[in-house]
Amino acid sequence: MTKKTVLYDRHVSAGAKIVDFAGWMMPVQYAGVLAEHATVRNNAGVFDVSHMGEVFVTGPEAPAFVDNLVTNDTRGMSDGNILYTVMCDNAGFVIDDLLVYKIGPQKFLLVVNASNTEKDFKWMLSQKGRFNVEVADRSPDLGMLAVQGPKAVAIASKIIAIPKNLKYYNFFTVMRDGNELIVSRTGYTGEDGVEIIAKNDDIVKLWDALFEAGKSEGIAPAGLAARDLLRIEAGYSLYGHELDEKTDPLSAGLSWVVKMEGREFVGKAVLKNFGRDNKRICFAMEGKAVPRQGYKLLTNGKESGFVTSGTFSPVLQKPFGIGYILGEGGNAPLDGSLTVEIRGREIPAKIVKPPVRLRVGG
Amino acid sequence: MDYPDGLYYTKDHEWGMDENGILTVGITDYAQGELGDVVYVELPQEGTIIKAGEPFGVVESVKSVSDLYSPVSGEVVEINPDLEAEPETVNSSPYDRGWMIKIAMSKPAELEKLLSPEAYAEYLATLK
Repeated sequence: MTKKTVLYDRHVSAGAKIVDFAGWMMPVQYAGVLAEHATVRNNAGVFDVSHMGEVFVTGPEAPAFVDNLVTNDTRGMSDGNILYTVMCDNAGFVIDDLLVYKIGPQKFLLVVNASNTEKDFKWMLSQKGRFNVEVADRSPDLGMLAVQGPKAVAIASKIIAIPKNLKYYNFFTVMRDGNELIVSRTGYTGEDGVEIIAKNDDIVKLWDALFEAGKSEGIAPAGLAARDLLRIEAGYSLYGHELDEKTDPLSAGLSWVVKMEGREFVGKAVLKNFGRDNKRICFAMEGKAVPRQGYKLLTNGKESGFVTSGTFSPVLQKPFGIGYILGEGGNAPLDGSLTVEIRGREIPAKIVKPPVRLRVGG
Repeated sequence: MDYPDGLYYTKDHEWGMDENGILTVGITDYAQGELGDVVYVELPQEGTIIKAGEPFGVVESVKSVSDLYSPVSGEVVEINPDLEAEPETVNSSPYDRGWMIKIAMSKPAELEKLLSPEAYAEYLATLK
């Protein structure tokens, strides 16, 4: 059964093309992916990400439970902090990547991928064991908006009193019309911005208020296609592309979210012995053919890996991709001999940094 | 959805316009809308012999890649030189400036198997 977010009618009346994404009827594009990309890079775009999952963990042992669940070290988090992490199974493979919000000494919010919410929640329940915690999936009652772009914080500030000192990867809660909002300075585009979690009814009001507030600043809705393009340009991983149940976080270039020292977590026993042979790369194409997920990567003419995500990058004005060089190739120097097999031909590519570096204002 | 009179159509969403045995070929308005922003069109070289129903090139949008299928058999006698620099023309002008190749037909009778505008419109209605 396909689900609709509370904003479905708004999307249809805004002219969105709707697709089924992870069982949700979601807007893939409105004005067009390149126009929406430009809106987010230059002004501000609003994404309905209400399909994301929200799981609350509460109780005396919430901190210990959460820290055991994920690979990143949550012990140093203060109330109001957010941490990017993955959670692994016992074999060290990635179940999902997620954001951990520390709400209070005994309360956390875990924001997970829509496609994995059910699986994640079951996994979390299975890990409860000895911990004195409550784990509650509140995804059905809550929606989420991402407001992204250089003007996003200023526009959102017109309808929500955002503290001037709200740092990136921090959040606060605020009452609006008698209901609580969770407002974070986070995003998935490489631009500054906020994400707002609220009850479904409030999401509709916030959506309307944001467009009213940002009218003169070129605010526009942006769909899943633009979201994917923006995250690829920023070099961010997406579950189902760079991450899956056959990938470990070390090979995925996410060793920065795997903290081994002085703590135990699910998957550590395996991960501490893993070699780091595989190497995650970003590359720009010479020529115009676009790399796509699953295409072969070749090093010195030999198959050495595969593409996980690819697109045409408007920022580079070139096709751009993310992929893995496997095994020994991951340790070999990559010196411009990289090619991508596209329709039977080897097309030269060059390893580059992601074209968009996070741009967060003061 | 736009599907002009006087053109032939295929279920793969190509169109053809016959001028004295030379068929100009492109993709339909429906096809460009489904693809989204086109960023690259890979076309055969002039002189290539192609067969009806077989791929002659690809069109890449930001989010996907699709084969282009030839409506007829024949020899490619001209390709649209503007698409190299301005692939977005396929979106903005699918039936005119966004044309892709011209084919000197070897079997003009193949045109009879193609769809009329009415038949194409009916086919599109089944895709909803």
